[in-house]
Amino acid sequence: MIYSEKVMEHFQNPRNVGVLKDADGVGQVGNPVCGDMMTFYIKVKDNRIEDIKFQTFGCGAAIAVSSMVSEMAKGKTIEEALKITNKSVAEELGGLPKNKLHCSNLGADALHKAIENYLQRKKDEEKKKKGEATNNEKCYCPYCEGPLEGAESFCKSCQIELEDCKECGRPMSKNASECPHCGATKVRV
Amino acid sequence: MRRVYLDHIAATPVHPEVVEAMLPYLRENFGNPQSLHSVGQQALEAIEEAREKVARLIKAKEEEVYFTSSGSESNNFALKGIALAHRTKGNHIVVSAIEHFSVLHSLKFLENLGFDATLVPVDKWGLVDPSDVNKAINSKTILVSIMLANGEVGTIEPISEISKICRSKGIIFHTDAVDAVGNIPVDVEELGVDALSLSGNQFYGPQGSGALYLRKGTRILPLIDGGIQEKGRRAGTENVAGIVGLGQAAEIALRELRGREEKAKFLRDLLIRELPRRVEHVQLTGHPELRLPHHASFCVEFIEGEAMLLNLDMQGVSASSGSACTSKALKASHVLLAMGFDHATAQGSVVFSLLEETSKEDINYLLDIFPPIVERLRKMSPLYTQYLEERKK
Repeated sequence: MIYSEKVMEHFQNPRNVGVLKDADGVGQVGNPVCGDMMTFYIKVKDNRIEDIKFQTFGCGAAIAVSSMVSEMAKGKTIEEALKITNKSVAEELGGLPKNKLHCSNLGADALHKAIENYLQRKKDEEKKKKGEATNNEKCYCPYCEGPLEGAESFCKSCQIELEDCKECGRPMSKNASECPHCGATKVRV
Repeated sequence: MRRVYLDHIAATPVHPEVVEAMLPYLRENFGNPQSLHSVGQQALEAIEEAREKVARLIKAKEEEVYFTSSGSESNNFALKGIALAHRTKGNHIVVSAIEHFSVLHSLKFLENLGFDATLVPVDKWGLVDPSDVNKAINSKTILVSIMLANGEVGTIEPISEISKICRSKGIIFHTDAVDAVGNIPVDVEELGVDALSLSGNQFYGPQGSGALYLRKGTRILPLIDGGIQEKGRRAGTENVAGIVGLGQAAEIALRELRGREEKAKFLRDLLIRELPRRVEHVQLTGHPELRLPHHASFCVEFIEGEAMLLNLDMQGVSASSGSACTSKALKASHVLLAMGFDHATAQGSVVFSLLEETSKEDINYLLDIFPPIVERLRKMSPLYTQYLEERKK
């Protein structure tokens, strides 16, 4: 047999096969041209990988590696999961044939990509929250509380010329020296 | 567990009669055929008898048969030996895109020496169009090599039509008949070839036995220099037992070919008909009719070949695949790509090649265990999930 017992065991009974519809992070690596393709889905709660699922198009090694990666990552914190390497996966599997080592590379890569995707989404969400707050306030003139559409340079209600504060990005009077939102003073050129 | 061996193209079992014929040459008849004494002469006689039997199988003359160690050696010998012997005449060689690596890599070797090569394409069945060979030939062409049958997709090429073109232009024509000899009737006169490779282990002979047919008068340079064995064209003490085994296998093939062919065809057609009925998204690879009688090959979409083979093996079925993961080079089959299959589909290649002892029960067993294997792997496949989602839309 070209594979270790452990590899065959994971190949025959792969853990965590499937798709997470409400995943917090998704990572896909490889393509059919190079022979293997893996997709990992993670669900994160309190910085821990609460659930993980994968799908793999590939050889026995690729399937066993995906299964092992999913098992190793489940329950780990994001930081811990990022420490899972190609090498540690291959070791856990009792070794892989030399020409199959690239499969283990794909496994850890797919997991890391899913984590990256999760972190990016988190970042985007925070940005969005912040952005939304700005948008909400942008909808009202800070001086007369009149409605604003967003990016206009003139408040129709109180006839003040507006510009974006260089610090917080929210609208302020062109003539004011201090931002009514964040208090930043404008340096006059 | 039931054991069903369906990997004829990789190796056949050695026929019991072949084993019996070989045994004396591994025991008491150990002599070197080049020795003057009677122990050696006995071995020489055995070799010449084997030569006669191999010649009879392919309708050649005995002196046109040269023993080698394998089909790969025969192909190397033909390509390199013929090209180098004719290098003053020209430097251009024509082969098909789906040749075995022993042909394609020999060609690479020759290209490094300054030879030029043209690879003629194949259609979606893996068939070479003789007119493409005609177009590929130029004033510097010295050799054309097109295989008789392809081991990966089973397609049988129109060799006699191609040989007519070559003959009319005075160009030497070699065919790699490794997967064909012993399994379909092969007649070098009918085919009109100048050189032909064959291998014993493709028709119940021993591994390590092969031969090159070389039409009388065809010049060739040896790959192995040394003594006068094989008329100085292939030096090295002969593999006497292997040669005797090859001869015996040839004799049996001549006797049993027709029966083998008919029985295999029946089971092959059953498999080709039934498998796509039991599993969705399965395509036959190779020509549906112009194909080896013992050969049924498919591409199963959305899954990869090696994973299929491992699952089949766990249930007792031995098969092979042209998927990247089963090749050491980790590249999808050049044959399937040349036939126009995309990479993903080519990865799902699986080849079932039947033995003479394969039974209907064996095929039915395969047909029963195969669908759940495919289903299990598709459940794991992101490509299948993608397909299902797209279908919903």
